Amino acid sequence: MSERATTSKKVGSLQAQRRFNIAWRLVVAVLAIGFSLFPVVLILSTSINPISQVTVTQLIPDNATLNNFRRMLTDEQFPFARWVWNSIKVSGLTSLLVVALTSLAAFSFSRFRFRLRKPLLRAVLLIQVFPNILAVTALFLILLNIGRIYPGFGLNSHFGLILVYLGGAMGFNTWLMKGFFDTIPRELDEAAYIDGASSWYTFTRVIFPLVRPILAVIFILTFIGTYADYLLARVILTDKNMYTVAVGLSLFIGEQYSQRWNLFAAGALMAALPTLILFYLIQNQLQSGLTVGAVKG
Amino acid sequence: MATISLARKPGWGELLGGGPLASIVLRLVFVAAFDAFAIFTGWQLLRGAVAPLAVVLWLVALAVTIVFLRRDAMPLRWIMPGLAFMVMMHIYPVLFTIYTAFTNYGDGHLIERTTAIRQIESQVYLPPDAKTYTWLPYEAPDGSYALWLTSAEGDQYFATSTGEVYTRQELEAQGVEFDAEGKPVAVGAYTSIPANRRFAVLPMLQPLTFGNVEQGVKITSPTRAGQVRQKYVYDPRQDAMIDQETGVVYANVRGTFTSPDGQTLIPGFPVVIGVDNFRRLLTSPALRGPLVTIFTWTVVFAAMTVLTTFVLGLLLALALNEPDLPLRRTIRVLMIVPYALPAFISVLIWRGMFNPVIGIIGSQWDPGWFSSPIFAKVGILIVNLWLGYPYMFLITTGALQSIPSDLYEAAKVDGASGFQQFWRITLPLLLVAVGPLLVGSFAFNFNNFTIIQLYNNGGPPIPGTPTPAGYTDILISYTYKLAFGGGRGADLGLAAAISIVIFLIVGAITIANFRYTGMLEEVSESV
Repeated sequence: MSERATTSKKVGSLQAQRRFNIAWRLVVAVLAIGFSLFPVVLILSTSINPISQVTVTQLIPDNATLNNFRRMLTDEQFPFARWVWNSIKVSGLTSLLVVALTSLAAFSFSRFRFRLRKPLLRAVLLIQVFPNILAVTALFLILLNIGRIYPGFGLNSHFGLILVYLGGAMGFNTWLMKGFFDTIPRELDEAAYIDGASSWYTFTRVIFPLVRPILAVIFILTFIGTYADYLLARVILTDKNMYTVAVGLSLFIGEQYSQRWNLFAAGALMAALPTLILFYLIQNQLQSGLTVGAVKG
Repeated sequence: MATISLARKPGWGELLGGGPLASIVLRLVFVAAFDAFAIFTGWQLLRGAVAPLAVVLWLVALAVTIVFLRRDAMPLRWIMPGLAFMVMMHIYPVLFTIYTAFTNYGDGHLIERTTAIRQIESQVYLPPDAKTYTWLPYEAPDGSYALWLTSAEGDQYFATSTGEVYTRQELEAQGVEFDAEGKPVAVGAYTSIPANRRFAVLPMLQPLTFGNVEQGVKITSPTRAGQVRQKYVYDPRQDAMIDQETGVVYANVRGTFTSPDGQTLIPGFPVVIGVDNFRRLLTSPALRGPLVTIFTWTVVFAAMTVLTTFVLGLLLALALNEPDLPLRRTIRVLMIVPYALPAFISVLIWRGMFNPVIGIIGSQWDPGWFSSPIFAKVGILIVNLWLGYPYMFLITTGALQSIPSDLYEAAKVDGASGFQQFWRITLPLLLVAVGPLLVGSFAFNFNNFTIIQLYNNGGPPIPGTPTPAGYTDILISYTYKLAFGGGRGADLGLAAAISIVIFLIVGAITIANFRYTGMLEEVSESV
């Protein structure tokens, strides 16, 4: 009898300990989520507020409205919809071209053996050591000169900006992709070659379908990175209508900031949407070692 | 694969890169088109006096030609497109930046030498013995003016303020009509200004030169104009500009034509000045002061960011890495929201929250989130903590899960306390795994322009500096201000010199990191 009591007491205390163990962890989780989400909730609340208010007194403000979103999309003063479209266009094209350029290079590095292979592979990585944003003045001058011959690729042009982004395309991306290509058994391409396929055919029909996951990851990472670029876009784009959303939204921190706080909030939410979606698509890959080069924050 | 190709009989196709006929033709067309493009563009660049860029483009074209026409260079064909962009838009700009650091490129020295000389030589003066003309004014809708000029000898010509000159014969040949007084009715967009408005436009006409250096006039009275002469002539033998009016010789002093008594001609051009920019950085007290402040803050900012985000991320990872915890996935998804938001948006949101008027934090408590040197820095670190800790949480969680559990069991058997387990097992193993990522994060934040610029443009400003500098400026944002002006002029040479300092620091860190992770060695080992 007494023996049973002690056992059940032990079990009870063990259960209590377990419950406590979970409880304090949950409290920490709630605090962390609070810290993470507090600015976001604030922005959500402000974005549906009809007036640009000093402090948030209630989560859902009186006379909640979607008017701020409508104004951001239609107001002549801020070509906001245009900025978002510019950003999507620039980031989308850049990412597409980056995937094309790096997958071609990675295929060669992974499948062929040639004299310059090692030095080139190493060079591609070492160049990344010197980020090209540090050469922003030189990039500015290059585009200035290109623009005199081909205005569509010079300063204040989206294609000029894309050219600059492509300059930094190789590097980690090629490495990441080559690593992934290496995991695909060479027997597959050898079988194709025996059947008389050209290397182009082997690349497009045999390898390409197998490496789609890594292509998607690189596309998304490049998209997120390009979308968030502020420095290069700021230097190269000079016309308000050409701005990307990163440069455009920064206009809001001017003198009338306090009067347009609710408008800014609506804009910020809409601008965050594209990368937010993409980010959650590759969330799991971000945690694994796959994306070693992708630092942020 | 190589064996297959060797077995084939060599022929003309082999010389042109090999493969089936269609692909040879395709390749030849591509190479021809690309070379044509490169030759044309390079030639245009040369005419615009941008020789280095033209040379780089031609080198790329040469490489493309060789790679696509030589069979043994086949593997390089795949790499060439990416490589071409890398050379043009990354390697060349970096080399150009290094070169710029040794020049005085900047305000007053922005235009290339031959262009600067051409501009100075286009200046004119009105000699006292100038040939005189009577004039009649014309105007165009775009705001430019022109004169119809008649000399005492009866020479007549039409000169515009945009530099065009037409003789009477040329105008007649173009079919321009002349009125009873013998002046043209209209030339192109230019129409005659009636006599009653002539005095009204006089002030606008007076500062203008009509026509060009060879044949131009300036107005000398309400009815007369005098023929101008070229004021400065370049003498290549002395490398100097000679003033035709006064005979003064302006010698080339570090890219500016300067007279013996110190007068200078605008514009100047960039010249190599050796290590002067670096010397200025190290020795000029006015520059060194802010640079030391900025450099210190850059290191502190990057290091503190890594430290705070890592510690918070690690603590949370330890707390939440519990298999029995309910809703683990949901918690994670919600917690990493800051990582998923584009940084520029997050910084702007926080800037709003710290705002002393509208901010939820700033309106309640404002120790000077933007005006105090210390609290502006604290504010930036808070924002960066918010931005960065989810990333650290993700990578440390991953690393924690990969630590084998039998290590902990063994430690328990030996009677190690929880703290000891953490200190002796978890932390060392964790640091091995995420150490390179921490170094990567340091290098990234070393150049984190977005947060600095958007939080407070590097402000509050450091008082009394000769260059625009702020207390929260890091090296990259300082470079940006020097290059693209903070209102006090651009000093691209100095900006480039600082860029090189950053190159060296970040480069050393990153290469050490590659060494440590064996990333470079991987090249030789991988299959």
